[in-house]
Amino acid sequence: MSRHLLSVDDLGRSGIDEMLELSSSFVEVTQREIPKVPALRGKTVASLFYEESTRTRLSFETAAKRLSADTMTFAISSSSVKKGESLRDTVQTIAALGVDAVVVRHRAAGAPHRIAGWIDASIINAGDGRHEHPTQALLDLLTLRRRLATTTFDGLRVAVVGDVRHSRVARSTVKALVAVGAEVTLVGPPTLLPESLAGWNCAVSHELDPLLPETDVVYLLRIQSERQDEALFPSLREYTTRYGLTAERAGRLKPDTVIMHPGPMNRGVEIAAEVADGPASIITEQVTNGVAVRMAVLWSLLGSGGSIA
Amino acid sequence: MTAPGAGTPAAQPSSTPEPPDGGSFLLRAHVLDGDDLRRAFTRIAHEIVERNHGAAHVVLVGLYTRGLAVAERLAAVIEQVEGVDVPVGALDVAFYRDDIGLRPIQPLGPTEVPVDLTDKTVVLVDDVLFTGRTVRAALDAITELGRPRAVQLAVMVDRAHRELPIRADYVGKNLPTKLAEDVRVRLAEVDGEDGIEIWGPPPEEVR
Repeated sequence: MSRHLLSVDDLGRSGIDEMLELSSSFVEVTQREIPKVPALRGKTVASLFYEESTRTRLSFETAAKRLSADTMTFAISSSSVKKGESLRDTVQTIAALGVDAVVVRHRAAGAPHRIAGWIDASIINAGDGRHEHPTQALLDLLTLRRRLATTTFDGLRVAVVGDVRHSRVARSTVKALVAVGAEVTLVGPPTLLPESLAGWNCAVSHELDPLLPETDVVYLLRIQSERQDEALFPSLREYTTRYGLTAERAGRLKPDTVIMHPGPMNRGVEIAAEVADGPASIITEQVTNGVAVRMAVLWSLLGSGGSIA
Repeated sequence: MTAPGAGTPAAQPSSTPEPPDGGSFLLRAHVLDGDDLRRAFTRIAHEIVERNHGAAHVVLVGLYTRGLAVAERLAAVIEQVEGVDVPVGALDVAFYRDDIGLRPIQPLGPTEVPVDLTDKTVVLVDDVLFTGRTVRAALDAITELGRPRAVQLAVMVDRAHRELPIRADYVGKNLPTKLAEDVRVRLAEVDGEDGIEIWGPPPEEVR
């Protein structure tokens, strides 16, 4: 039982299944003409983002508003952090205003966990360093579940392609996929894959091409251009040549294979524009489902009786 | 006719609360058996048609979980007697309850109402009418789905103890109960068999 959502580990397989099941009720709400319910009236949700973000922050705020919660946004650029305020002081100030949940993104792994120890509000990890991004994992699974019209992931073959080593999305999503029974292969050059596979329970491939005809899902990760400075791969063009999902490579996928990407995309690098916009792509659905999943998380923490899993 | 809620997860074991004292409830009485229940369904279906001069503008909206099963049974009877395919919707009221935060609440399934409710006569359907708070939440939920011409209420059991000014238009069985007791409507679709039972604490504990 947890009052917070800091890691996919807080959920476990049964918790993941429960959240996905619960999300169907919120998908319905988001599809209404007036997509709003009074469930969390009087609750306040604060967004505390120490890193830039578009979709995650807006997604959480939309989710909170559709549940009738009040929202507060803390943007680092216009805050007292610029004056040198510490994380702890900032968090305690927000807590003193009276918040029920704080959605945290921070470049330091473990920051949300620390914050959870300082204040009484429920803490939701919206991305901490290279560690985790649990609501991304939930929305990825919900999107797959809805697209594939199945509730079981047993034996589903997923290729996760790209910079796994530096990706909190990969860490959370792979953990969740493995927990629900999918067979995950991490694909990329050795410099972008984890140094140790201990705990990942995944296969590894340095080649994408052999996997194309047999994989059910291709999950592309963003190539973080700043990594190029670290000389982890020779050039973006070289990366695209070997690992980019070009239209030609997409043509070698099974007809029912689906393509995912957590965003933001580098069109023409890890994914070709026509593939991203093609019928096999469920990238837009990922964003849409993100709202329903975050409503389910907020409801579970603030409405249902106060804990998840 | 579509079947809202089809494919949703199995119902929770019981919609009824655990005994407040944590003790074990005992079966006190079988009030109605399957045949009695069938007769009640038939009568209520006829009453709905009679009161609304047919069923052309009627939409049955069942409250998860057993209310939905009751609504589907009523729709089947109305189709038999009137030849009208009455739309059946499924309604979840969790997000509209007035006790959010006071006790654990989970939605029981997605709300699925297949038609626009504006200018329809909505018959809300539930298994047991008790405090009236669930129906109050349902009225709020319905309001967001359209503006019905009228909303009526059908329940299989009215066990009294109302806490709000709400009454049922169609009642399967009026069943005076003690507050500490528990009325369980059992339906084949959910529970494997039909019947209505009263459960309660062991006799010496009755308040």
